[in-house]
This record gives sequence, structure tokens and C-alpha cells, in this order.
Amino acid sequence: MAATSEAVVNPAHVEKTKKAPARYWDEPQEGKDENKVGKDGEQTEETLPQKHVEKAKKRKNDEDRGDAKKFISGKPDPFPGPAHISKDRMQKFKRRDKTKKIPRQHYKLKDMMARSDEVSEMAQKQAARIDLLLPEDAGFLEGDEDEDTCTISQEDISDAVDITSASKYFDLKLSQFGPYRLDYSRTGRHLLLGGRRGHIACIDWQTKQLMCEINVMESINDVKWLHSEAMYAVAQKKWLYIYDSNGIELHCIRKFNDVLRMQFLPYHFLLATVSATSFLQYLDVSVGKEVAAINTKTGRLDVMCQNPQNAIVHLGHSNGTVTLWSPNQKEALVKMLCHQGAVRSVAVDKTGTYMVTSGMDKKLKVYDIRAFKPLKSYFLPAGASCLSLSQRGLLSAATGDIVQVYRDVWSTPVTKPYMAHRVQRTVWGMQFCPFEDVLGVGHGEGFTSMLIPGAGEPNFDGLDSNPYRSVKQRQEWEVKALLEKIHPELITLDPTELGQVDQATFQQKHQDRVQALGFDPLAKEKFIPRYKKKGRSSAGSIERRKRQVANEDLRETVQQSSEDKMKIEKERKEREKKEVLLSSKKSALDRFKK
Amino acid sequence: MAKVSKKKVSRKSVRKSSTVTEKIAEVKPDVVYDDGDDEFLSKEDGNISSEEEEEEEDGKDGKDERKRQKLLEAISALGGKRQKKLGERSEAAVLMSEFTVNAEGEGDKIDLSDLIGSMEKTSAVPAKTKKQLKNLQHTNKTIECPLSKQESERIQRDVAFRKASTEVTRWKDIIKQNQRAEQLVFPLDKEPTGPRPMERMVTGWKAQTPLEQEIFALLSANKQPINDPILTPAEEASMRAMSLEEAKIRRAELQKARALQSYYEAKTRRERKIKSKKYHKVQNKAKRKEFLKKFEEMVKTDPAAALEELSKIELARMQERMSLKHQNSGKWAKSKVIMAKYDEGARKAMQQQLEVNKELTQKLVTSLNKEEEEEEAVDEEVLPDFVNDAEQRLDSSNPWMRGKLSEDPAEKELSENMDLITEGPGAVGNPAEEEEDEEEVVETEEETLLREFDSRRKWRQAHEEMEEKEPQVPEQEEEEGPQVPEQEEEEGPQVPEQEEEEGPQAPEQEEEEEPQVPEQEEEEEPQVPEQEEEEEPQVPEQEEEELSAIGEGIADSSGEAEMPEGAADSCHTNPSAQLEEGLLRIRTLEDMELLSQQEPAPDEAPAEPPATDKPPSVTPQADKTRKRKRGIELKEVLTKETKVIKVPLAPTIEDTEDTEDKLDQRGLIKEAFAGDDVVSDFLKDKRKQEDAAKPQVVDLTLPGWGEWGGTNLKPSRNKRRRFRIKTAPPPPRRDQCLPSIIVSEKRNSSISLHQVNSLPFPFQNHAQFESTIRAPLGRTWNTEQTVRKISKPKVVTQLGAIIEPMSREELMKDKKQVSTGSTSHVDSWKRKR
Repeated sequence: MAATSEAVVNPAHVEKTKKAPARYWDEPQEGKDENKVGKDGEQTEETLPQKHVEKAKKRKNDEDRGDAKKFISGKPDPFPGPAHISKDRMQKFKRRDKTKKIPRQHYKLKDMMARSDEVSEMAQKQAARIDLLLPEDAGFLEGDEDEDTCTISQEDISDAVDITSASKYFDLKLSQFGPYRLDYSRTGRHLLLGGRRGHIACIDWQTKQLMCEINVMESINDVKWLHSEAMYAVAQKKWLYIYDSNGIELHCIRKFNDVLRMQFLPYHFLLATVSATSFLQYLDVSVGKEVAAINTKTGRLDVMCQNPQNAIVHLGHSNGTVTLWSPNQKEALVKMLCHQGAVRSVAVDKTGTYMVTSGMDKKLKVYDIRAFKPLKSYFLPAGASCLSLSQRGLLSAATGDIVQVYRDVWSTPVTKPYMAHRVQRTVWGMQFCPFEDVLGVGHGEGFTSMLIPGAGEPNFDGLDSNPYRSVKQRQEWEVKALLEKIHPELITLDPTELGQVDQATFQQKHQDRVQALGFDPLAKEKFIPRYKKKGRSSAGSIERRKRQVANEDLRETVQQSSEDKMKIEKERKEREKKEVLLSSKKSALDRFKK
Repeated sequence: MAKVSKKKVSRKSVRKSSTVTEKIAEVKPDVVYDDGDDEFLSKEDGNISSEEEEEEEDGKDGKDERKRQKLLEAISALGGKRQKKLGERSEAAVLMSEFTVNAEGEGDKIDLSDLIGSMEKTSAVPAKTKKQLKNLQHTNKTIECPLSKQESERIQRDVAFRKASTEVTRWKDIIKQNQRAEQLVFPLDKEPTGPRPMERMVTGWKAQTPLEQEIFALLSANKQPINDPILTPAEEASMRAMSLEEAKIRRAELQKARALQSYYEAKTRRERKIKSKKYHKVQNKAKRKEFLKKFEEMVKTDPAAALEELSKIELARMQERMSLKHQNSGKWAKSKVIMAKYDEGARKAMQQQLEVNKELTQKLVTSLNKEEEEEEAVDEEVLPDFVNDAEQRLDSSNPWMRGKLSEDPAEKELSENMDLITEGPGAVGNPAEEEEDEEEVVETEEETLLREFDSRRKWRQAHEEMEEKEPQVPEQEEEEGPQVPEQEEEEGPQVPEQEEEEGPQAPEQEEEEEPQVPEQEEEEEPQVPEQEEEEEPQVPEQEEEELSAIGEGIADSSGEAEMPEGAADSCHTNPSAQLEEGLLRIRTLEDMELLSQQEPAPDEAPAEPPATDKPPSVTPQADKTRKRKRGIELKEVLTKETKVIKVPLAPTIEDTEDTEDKLDQRGLIKEAFAGDDVVSDFLKDKRKQEDAAKPQVVDLTLPGWGEWGGTNLKPSRNKRRRFRIKTAPPPPRRDQCLPSIIVSEKRNSSISLHQVNSLPFPFQNHAQFESTIRAPLGRTWNTEQTVRKISKPKVVTQLGAIIEPMSREELMKDKKQVSTGSTSHVDSWKRKR
């Protein structure tokens, strides 16, 4: 039995051209097989191989102990070892590079580093494995041959899709109270509409159930959900108000006046507002305290968005600049000159990598916000007044009464929109619904909910924002979220900064220590030549020895630098080669080249 | 002195009583005197003997003796100082003899032989003791006096310490292991948690039904495996067999073997050191004989080995022939030659030497010589190559001695030469070459290394040449302006030159542009005036210059949607470089015209979509001559090629709300003057920030100190220079290479409260520490398994379980584990993950 099983082992592995090496126990196994076929074989033959088989079995057992690959059933594992994980998936979950080993480490350090390396590798691997459990795929829209997707109308789409999806395309005719701003809650279930002329409505938009509807009898500049669908903030003509989902006024915050736009930072429980008086203010909604009030000194502020990755607020100004703000600094962290005219709208994508701006110069620009580098620049005939980015990176831009949706504006140059739709009047507010392929558009005639296939993230994190959560779950989530609230001091441009050693303080401390001790404990020891007898410690030879050591040090640094140079040079050459390959298309002017 | 006199008195009295004098003389030399007093006394009068002796004599009449003792004691007590009794030194028997019978010769020294005498008679005494005692009798050595208490204690302590320390160090490993362990689970002897192997689970299963029980009883009775792949009990027993005893036995065996080996070594060493020539001669002869005998046998039994042996002999013969041994040319031989005239022995010795030589250089004639002859024939043919080859092998480490240094094409000539050299001798026989090839294969590693080294050297040379050339390139370009449509700009040190060159360069650029104009499909109205503007005279004012530079860029941008070519060209003028070099221009009326022209451009653009759909990458032409760009350029930022997007639906409504009318008007005005104040304002702002961050020069000069002071007198330049303190320049700004960005350099003090500001203990640098805390730990980012691993407690104790100190068995067990199963254990553990 055992022998046969062994025979199976070999073909199970990857095919090899070479035959397996002949073993002395292979023969009896064949003989045994023959015997099986002809059952009435001679007894003597039967007994002889039996011994061999036993031996083979013993050997097999030894192997068993060695690698423990085989099972009780005797069958080999057809897929030995852990399952393969693709490289790009591993890359996706990579948190850090492996540390370099330095010779002569302290054993504790060595252990620690090894352990942390091991843990991070394990974490990465397991995360990559578990990525498999995100089963949902994003939707997409595909036109027929020579049919542009942008010509497909919403009606066509809603006809084609299933009933539940079709019900997500609808229009609300609210012509009385002027252009509407809107906000979806973080789970994507609830919709908040704020009309310019004082109309506020909260709707569970999927069931079309109205939660409350009021008129504040005042002009409304912006509306925003707070951390959950129980509360929302409304920027009215003079003050900032907070209502609950039944329309009851909870607070009137007099510290926040003339607010034009608002953003809510969900993990910090901060409501950031910008006002006509050029103030950027932060309100901690968990304790009701104003965290920071910054005078930006840049005039009326009505363009605002947040970077969801690091909770930095981006403001657009009339002089074509976009500024980045955190509550911890009284001046802008970064000031970018993006447009030659005023900035009309700004949007940052979910990963915090790209920023899209549109300006009065009718351009639409895409920036890599990590390096502050411009990536793409587009010219929109009418300019975009409103921008919104979906979870999966679709960009919607409103020009007048037209809503256009673009796909992949940052990687490939786009010449035409992915989808387009005309609404009744000028678009006033626009937002993609989280976890749904829906774009909400607020305009002069009310509200339109559009179907944009492939807009929403198909897999939601049930612990973070669960669209299907019950009241109980919401309450529990609220408690947890409050416990995990991030302090506003931790808002920085680079979120990893917290994990870095504070160099300035470190140096300061070190200096103090040096002063106290009278010497630098970390300094490299100065070379003092040893005293040698028999006249070999003459001044000349001492000097020579000193110089030798100095030269050696110098050599090391020079070697290092030259190596670096070589590396850079190599990289450059490779890049050039690539560029040449890319631009190998011949132009008409090439004939003049010499 | 008084004391002494008293003693004298007492002694005299003693003498009176004692009569025997002869014995005193006998015993006298045997006794050793310690006391100075006694000696002193004995010196005074030779006849007076010490009291001890007298005591011995006086032992016969006990009564007197006792009295006398008492007296003595009384007297000595009088002295007060001397408490020690002299009587204590005497033989114990004497003092004890008060009531016992005095034996004959009691006071004599006891000889060992007296005691042993009876030993011969008694058969009960073992032979060993007898022997020992006899040995003892023969030895004349005095027994060493016992060590003092302190010393002996010290030695005892030493030994005890050593013992204890070995005992303790045995724990060292396990303690270290526990200290470094990631997690310790107490009580220690618990079975490891986690999934248990199937085999063990199955063994835990008990047979319950009677049938099962019967079967299992049968199986176990026959020592058969109960579960298929599990070992038989016998096997398992054998697995466990390597017990302590066995290990000890094995170790003893090994020890014995080692000891034997060392004995043998010592023996041979000793033999080698023997100088006797005769001995060696005899030995060698014997060896040779034996060898021959063996060889004969071998020829019969194992011809192959014999052949080998033969070749060995041949080799030895060759060596002998080559060397000058036994040829009477050595020092010894020369001396013998001189002596040979007179000395028969010397002559003989020389003869012998020659004979030995003959013998050694003689060919061996055996039954195999036929084959050998053949071999020899072959050898002769190959010999020169073989010799050559051997030499090469010797020099394998020396790259210069080898045929090919590297296979680099450029160095082919050299290698060819080398080949010729090697081929010279190699041409005689092909096999030699083949052999060489093989050798090369073996030495590929070294060669590859060498080759790498060589290629790197060459590369570096080439690189240096390139670098030498590179500075020449721009010069050439400047001379042949129209041919190279590019202006190379060097930064930093070459600023003054550049400024000078700027003048002639502008027209050159124009020249370049003009021939291109007809080729471009689109109209280029804004471009031409811009070029003209460049020709304007230069006035030193930086702001203005910047403005014009930017204006130029904007002008470019207006037309750029249509003509990427122009954009590409304009991109090459690095604005940041310009800023630093102080390229000076003035804005003129034409400039303003340009601005006005610029306005309609965007309006036209939508009407006329771009005909060319080129990728944003620069044309290869420009790419070649251009130097590396540093960072991003402002112009590129602002004038990046824009893609015009076609929208299927044209907006019917302007996005103006009545409420926003006013605002939009303002916006319109802004749009009209776009690119004018926006850019300049931004640049001004940036410059201001940069200046603010720059360290100020502190001037500490005090007028009037060390020289004359007054209303019109300025402190001398020398002095001012001396007292001006310049601080080190700050590190480069983050936005240095980003012209359209201002990054605030202010330190974020709020986060520094939460940051770590001193390195924890084992870490040596920041990178190490930062990398260890880089990965997140929480459940939000990690799988449950990982979280559990990360947050594993260092010590786990079982509730209610008694944690006993480690026992010795555990130590033994641990050692056994380490010795036997450690590797496999680790392997399986690794595989699990």
C-alpha cells in the first residue's frame, strides 16, 4: 500500500522531464501490482516482495516524521505548502520594507527586529490572503460597438438594470426653494437636501422615506451630516445650526458666523467650516468645543474639500491658489498655484493621492497631492463648477446644467466623458453616494439621483460604515468611534509622521546631555595612535598613522558616494531608455536632426 | 633575667634527683628545639639538657615526677607571661603513662618495620596493602606538614565553588533561552497548545466495544502498529532509545577512541624524533620489504590499485631524479670527499649514498611494466604540455598568468595576444587545450569577478570621458546656435558667463523658431511677439524679470493647446535657474499687447479642437540635447498641455445664478486679467517666505571702538567684516524644485508632543525604531490571527496551576530535545506558517 502511494507522489508534483531515480523498492511494488492483477500468483513470489514493501514502509514512516507532509490516509497532498499569493496583492498590503541587517547588533535589538519583520510579513501575507473574501465586483458600463458610453441616457440604463437599481434613478421636483445642496451620510443610506431658500429635507433615499422636512425661513449655504444620521449641521444665513433627524434644532452656534461651506472629518469628529469672513474654523462635535479658528486672510472662502486620507482641508481661492490647512497651524501648510483664474472647485480622491481642481480659466487639473506635482490638465469648454470624486475614482464635473462623469482622469488622458447627463437647471451641489453606483445632483429644479455604474465601492467594511446597520449597531458603532476618536493635534500632512522620532527635540536633548556631561557620548572616538617603543612613535610616524586612519575614513565615504552616484546614473540611463522607447515615434522634424 | 635564673635553679634540683646521663646523649640529636630560651640555655652549659629529656627519664618514678611537674607549673605560673606548658610537646604516651604499665622501649621511636613485622604472618591482609606498606617502608621522604586551616579552607572553598559553578552553568542555556523567548507558558511542562497532530489524537482513542478490544489486544500482543502510519511500539521504543546511559556509553567510546588516537600520535612523534640513523635505515628497509610484499599481492588481487601504486612509485622516482638528494653534492658529502682520502669509512658512506641514489632512480620492473611502457610512451608525448599545465595550475590565482583575462570585445586584442602566448606551447597537443578549457570552467567564478571588475573600470573610464565631453557640448551649442534648438543653462558657479551669453542667445532662439513656423500647422501669432520681446535690452530688476518670464510662459500656454512643439521648447528654459541667474528683462508695451492677445485664445480653443493628439512627452529631438531637468518647472506647471474635452451635450444655461451675479462679474474680470497678477503675486509671496526663512546676518560692529568715531566716519570694512556673523544656511526648502508650490517650513509642535523623542534602549538609529513601529497593530488593519500574535503576552500562567521551580529533569529533557529534535521541530514550525 505504502509503495503504491509513493508511486503517486512523483507525478503529483510539477512535471519533470527526468524520471524519478530508481529505487530498490520500486521493483517489488511493480511486482506486487502484477500480483494484484493475477491473483493466483505463486506464494513464494508474494512473500518475497512483501518484505521489501515492509522496508519501504519503514522508510516512508521515517520520511513522515521528517516532513509530516503525508496524511493518515496515505494519500499525498496534491497542493503541498501554503497557497500561493500573487505579488501585486502582496504589494497592496505592504506596510514597510525589510530592515537592513547591521553587523554587531545587540542581541535584543536583533531579536526585536527579527520578530517585527516576521510579524509584519505575516500580517501582510494574511491580509493578502483575506483579500480574497471581498467578493463583490464593481459595476461598469459598456456601449455597443462604435457607441460612446456618454451617449447612453439614464433612462436606457434604468430600463436595462434590475428593479431595485432602476429605482435609484429618480428626480425630485423641488422648484420652489431654489438650488439645492446635498449630502449623503457616510453609510450612503441617508440623504440631506438643503435648498437655498431655506428648505431642509432628510430622506432615507433608498426607501424614499422622509425623515423630516422643515423650512428654516433663512437662506441656507450648506448642509452636512455629522458622524451619524441622527444629526446634521446647517450653515444658515448668519449662524451655524445643528438639527437632529426629526428636525429639532439642537444648537445654534454663534461662534460660527457666515459659514459658506462645511466638511465633516469623521475620525476626528471635527466639523470644519469656512466663512465669508475668510475664517476656517474647526468644531469638535463630540464635546462641542471650537478647536481652532484660523484667519486665512484670503477673502471670501467658498471652495472647500477634505483629504479623506489625512484630514487636511483644501481651500480654493480666487487668486488661483489652493491651500492646505490643518487645525494646528495658523498658516497654510501648502499653497499651490493651480489656476490662472479663480478656483471654482476642488476634490481629493479617497486614497489621498490625487487632487482635481477646476478654475475660472475653464481648465480641469489633476495633481499628485503627495508630491504636489501636476499630472494632467484638461480644457473643459464651459469650465466645471462642481467636482466630486467617487470611491472608485470616478470624477463628476458639472458645467452649467450638464453633469459629466469621467473615468481615470489621472492615469490616461481623457478626451470625452464616460457619462453625461443634462439636468433641468444649473447644478448647485453634487456628490457620489458611498457604496452605491449613484450620483446625487442638486440643482435649481430640485434633486436628481443618477445611476453611474462602477462608481461605488462594492465591498463595505461592516465595522466602519455599514449601510445595513440597525439602530443597535449604530449605537454600538458610535461608542466605538468615540473611543477611537483621533485628536485634532494629530492631523498632519504626512500621517506617518507620528511614527517618526522627533528629530528636533532629540537633538535638543542630545545637546543638553552633551553640555551636562562635557563630552558627546555618541560621538565617534577620535583616533589616538598607540605609543610604540623603539623610536617608532616619533612625531612623524604618529602623524603618518593618523593620516592613514583619516584616509581610510575618507575612502569609505568616497566609496559610498561614488556608489550612490553610480546608482543614480544607472537609474537615469534606464529612465532615458524608457523615454526613448516611449517617444520612438518619428516626427516630421526628425529629418533635421543631426 | 630573673626568670632564667629561676629555671636554672629548678634544673639543678632536677639533676640531683636524676641519675641517668648516657641516655641523654643518645636522644639529644633527635629532638628539635624551637625555643630560643632553651637554646640559649643549652649554649650556656653544654651538659645541661633540656627539661623534656629529663622528664622522659624521670617517668619511672611517677610520684616524684608528678611533684616536679607541679612545681614546674607553679614556677611557670609565677612568670605569668609564659602560659604555655613545655610538657605538651612530649610524646603523648609519656604523659598518659601515669597508671599504665610501662613497656620496654616505650620512649623509642617507632619504626614502621616493627609494625609490619606481623603482617607477613597474617594472611588476612590483602596483597595490595602489603605492597603499599612495603613501598612506604622504602620511601625516605618526610611527610609534608599539613596545610594551615586557612589555606585548606580556601582550597575547599575553591573546589566547592568550581563544583557549584559547573552545576549552575548547566542552567545557563535554558535560562537564556527562557529570557529571550517570545512567550513563556507556565507551568512549563505543559503540552504545547494549538492543533495536535492527527496521530496523537488517534492514539488517544480507546477501544470500547468488545470486538475492538479483542482486536486491539491481539495487535498489541503482537506489537503491531495499531494505526496505519504510526510506529510500532518497538520502533517507538527505539526512537526513545537514546537515553542518558546510552549517551554516556557512546561518549565513553568516543573518548576511548580519541585517547587511542592520541597515544598513537604520541608514539609516532616519538619515533620520528629518534635520531639514530641506523634505526631509521632498518625501519625503512623493513617498510620497503613489506611494501614490496604487499605490492606483489596486490598485483594478483587488485591490479588497478597496483597500477596506482606503481604510478606513485614512478612519481617518487621522478622526484628523486629531479632532486639532488643522494648525489653527493650536499654539505655532508663535500666534507666526506675531503675525508675520503684518509678515511675508509667516509668513502664507504659516499658509495652507499650513490647506491641509494641508483636504487631509487632505478626503474621498477614488474609484471605490469608493459602497460607502464605504453603509458610512458604517451607520457613522453604529452609531457611538455603537462608540465606547462601544471605550471598554470600553480598560477591559477594569478590572473596575469592565465590565458584570457576577460571576454570583453574591447579588450579582444589583448586577449588574443594572450591566446597566442598560450597557444604557443599548447599547439603541441590538443588534449592540453581541452584540459585548459576545463580549468577555465572551474575558474569561472574568479573570472567573472575579474571581468566584472574590468568592465566597471572601463565603464568608469568611459564615464569620465563623457564628463569631459559634456561641458564642451553647451559651448558648441552656443556657437552653432541655429543647429541646436536648445539653450543649455548651467546653474550655480557659471552664472556670470551665462549672463554674458544671454544677450546673443535670444536672437539665436528666434532664428531657431522661425524656420519651424511654417511647419507647424497651427497659427502662431502669440509666439512671434514673445520672441521679439526677448530681444529687449536687459535691466537689472528681478521682479520684472520673473514677471516677463512667467508672462512668456503664459503666452506659450495660450497657444499651447495647439502646438506642443512650442511648449516643449519653452520648457527647456528652466525658470528656477533663471530666477537665480538674474536673467533680466523688461516688460514693455508689446508685453501688454501679448496679454490682450492672450485673452481670445481660450475662447477660440473650444471651437477648434486640437488636431494633433500627441502624448505629453517631449519630442525626442529635444530630449537628446537637453540636460536633466531638476524638479518641476513653473512654466510647465502652468502651461501643461491641456487636453480639450469634447462634451456631447452643450450647456444651455450659463452657470450663473441671479444671487451670484455680482460675484461672477468679479470672476469675469479676474479671468480677463488671468495670468497677470496671479502669478506675480504668488512669486512675490514665495520670495517673501523664502527670505523670511533665511538666517539674518548679524552685524556687531560698534563704531568708535579701536578707531576714530564721528558723524561722517564709518567703521572700516575690515572691521565690519570681522564683526559680521553669518549663520549657517538652513537646509534646502521642500519646495525648492516646485516653483508653483509654497510649503510651510514651520515646525508642527502639536504633534511633537505625541512623538517619541529619544531612542529606546536597544535601538541604534531612528530608521530601526521607526521601521519597528511602522506596521499597525490593531484589529482594524490586521487579521485576527496576526493581532493575536502581535499582542501575545510575554508570560502566560494557568489559573490555579502551581508553578514549580524548574527541576533537573527538565534540564535533561531540554537538552535531549535540543540534541535530537530541534532541527525538525523548527522546520515543521516554519512550514506551519
